[in-house]
Amino acid sequence: MSPSRKPTQASRRSVYHRPVSLVNKPTHFCPGCGHGTAHKLIAEVLDSLKIREKTIGVAPVGCAVMAYYYLNCDISEAAHGRTPAVATGIKRCLPDRIVFSYQGDGDLAAIGMAETIHAANRGENITVIFVNNSVYGMTGGQMAPTTLSGQKTVTSPCGRDAHTMGSPIRVCELLNTLDAPWHIERVALDSPAGVRKTRKALLTAFKGQMEGKGYSLVEILSPCPIHMRLSPLEAVRFVKEGMVPAFPLGVFRREGKPVA
Amino acid sequence: MSPRLYSLTIDRERCKGCELCVDVCPRTVLALSPKLNSRGQHYAFVTNPASCIGCAQCSDMCPDAAIEIDEEESAHA
Amino acid sequence: MRKRVLMNGNDAIGEGAIRAGCEAYFGYPITPQNELTSYMANHMQAHGRVFIQAESEVAAVNMVFGAAVTGRRAMTSSSSPGISLKQEGLSYLAAAELPSVIVNVQRGGPGLGNIAPSQSDYFQATKGGGHGDYHLIVLAPYTVQEMHDFTIDAFALADRYRNPVMLLTDGRLGQMMEPLTLYAGRPQKIPAKPWALTGAKGRKPNHIRSLLLEDGALEQRNLHLQAKYKTILNELVGYDEYLTSDATVLVVAYGSSARIARGAIDQARAKGVKAGLLRPITLWPFPRARIRQLAGKVRGILVVEMSAGQMIEDVQLSAGDRVPLAFEGRMGGGIPEESAVVRAIQRLAKPPQRSARK
Ligand SMILES: Cc1ncc(C[n+]2csc(CCOP(=O)(O)OP(=O)(O)O)c2C)c(N)n1
Ligand code: SF4
Ligand code: SF4
Ligand code: SF4
Repeated sequence: MSPSRKPTQASRRSVYHRPVSLVNKPTHFCPGCGHGTAHKLIAEVLDSLKIREKTIGVAPVGCAVMAYYYLNCDISEAAHGRTPAVATGIKRCLPDRIVFSYQGDGDLAAIGMAETIHAANRGENITVIFVNNSVYGMTGGQMAPTTLSGQKTVTSPCGRDAHTMGSPIRVCELLNTLDAPWHIERVALDSPAGVRKTRKALLTAFKGQMEGKGYSLVEILSPCPIHMRLSPLEAVRFVKEGMVPAFPLGVFRREGKPVA
Repeated sequence: MSPRLYSLTIDRERCKGCELCVDVCPRTVLALSPKLNSRGQHYAFVTNPASCIGCAQCSDMCPDAAIEIDEEESAHA
Repeated sequence: MRKRVLMNGNDAIGEGAIRAGCEAYFGYPITPQNELTSYMANHMQAHGRVFIQAESEVAAVNMVFGAAVTGRRAMTSSSSPGISLKQEGLSYLAAAELPSVIVNVQRGGPGLGNIAPSQSDYFQATKGGGHGDYHLIVLAPYTVQEMHDFTIDAFALADRYRNPVMLLTDGRLGQMMEPLTLYAGRPQKIPAKPWALTGAKGRKPNHIRSLLLEDGALEQRNLHLQAKYKTILNELVGYDEYLTSDATVLVVAYGSSARIARGAIDQARAKGVKAGLLRPITLWPFPRARIRQLAGKVRGILVVEMSAGQMIEDVQLSAGDRVPLAFEGRMGGGIPEESAVVRAIQRLAKPPQRSARK
């Protein structure tokens, strides 16, 4: 079960408490934003694996650029898309530390695709947390590589047209063609069950890194109510009904082997 | 067997009123307050504590980690 | 007596880096610096250090960023087109004040250019190159010995000033073989780096960042950087002089061009013209004050570069209008002829004629 922030009084048993790895201050994320959930889950996993003090995160630009305000561990910035390269530099120098990158879809799958593929292909022993919210959040809701076909964004005002703008890139499937990755999984923040699966996936990924297993990537389908132009509840529904059919959930790579 | 008792604490300053917790609660324990927090947002509050089954779906779903849940020992007695 | 060895300039840099305690090297193939990347491939792993052939120069410089974030000494090298790709990373390294060493073995440009030696990246190296108000410390070796020694200095300076340091050299020096004495001193003491990211064990988390959105924070960071650059300007200017004390013509040249200039100065002296050389060792900070001083004593200044004339702008700024300034250089991988430099010196040595001003 979830780790607890502080030992509760003897008369109580904790069901859920905020993780200590999460700084206790309100975030700047919009209401219903999946980044908040993802941060919370990372913090829970750092708590439960007791690795907060040996973890170094890398956060590039994107709505999560201020991860250092919220995650109570060492964190470095990275230039847009260069996140896996920065994470590689850190991990190679400090192989006994736990290194994760936290990247949006623009960062990971557009400007940083080369770095993404090559870090995966080298089997860097890092954990990549890929928040796929189908748009560029920070810059105002532009089309992302993961924008759905037909989805309207400020730069695809008539909807994404596959013939001229490409189709959504399925990153897990793409990386699963490589030999090196150890764990690749796609989850969705579309329900409490989805949140639990996400927690478990992150746990698997970080644990694998601790055991020196190699590259892990967890793609989290995540609501961005603002730029999906939906209420928080509708955005969660969009993740479930719009994104999940386009980005099938599941484990693609387990223990270094593609899952049939 | 007596029913278990759960106490929910909602940090209204962390809450952004997204309603995700209200939506997922299977027992309609939560609701959005008509009042505003210091950041001008409606916040979730507990309307119906006795119905809570401690399933933690609300706290899992909450993007802002605003909900904490404890099980009251006395309920086991 | 310490043993002398024969090495090319690129290898000499590599061996310098290893002896300076460089813990991580990241590169991407490009001529004329490939010897350096192979040297590191062969020797870093043997020393239990990090070597990665990155997927691009962009990735390589960002791997340096990551390594530097941990407080380790890290280096990347490339040649002109690859250095262009690194500019984003250099701006971030400078902004985050991460000690790091970048080697540019220049080749002819612009564009893909050619693989012949050049000095046409002077502006890029000394004036910025990436975005924002920042400076690299730029060192210009002119022998294989200096390629080695300055690499070691570069790591020390990077740590001392928390700043990226560029070794600006060219393909001729990179591939030239010369005897040199390898550094055999004690391993340098690496200063404590309490800012480094090592895991927040027993301390508050450290953050490395250049995004500063809080009110006035970015201006503060910039003021801090400018104050540091001022300190560097005061402390670090380096240059070398050859026969300047009685010179009537001053030649200013760095790196490979300085080698040509030296030969030309000897020839000019044989012909009765007292020429002397000022060779900037630090291109940033530039030896402005010394050039200004010498400008008051000579009849003319000749700048020799393997470019259309880039450093000459700094010489002009230093010397002002007090003395005629001439340029001798070639572009696109061409190397100035010693005889052409001699002729240019002779022209400047002539007593000023009324019509001589161009
Ligand atoms: C080199 C560069 N280009 C563009 C930008 C502007 N920019 C900031 S964040 C961003 C994309 C954000 O989208 P994503 O990575 O999907 O993250 P999100 O904000 O959705 O979480 C862009 C293009 C930048 N900072 N640097
Ligand atoms: S714009 Fe989207 S991704 Fe960014 S904070 Fe708001 S909801 Fe989250
Ligand atoms: S723990 Fe379950 S029952 Fe109780 S308020 Fe939360 S969602 Fe409702
Ligand atoms: S899910 Fe969290 S932030 Fe949203 S209304 Fe409920 S308590 Fe508030």
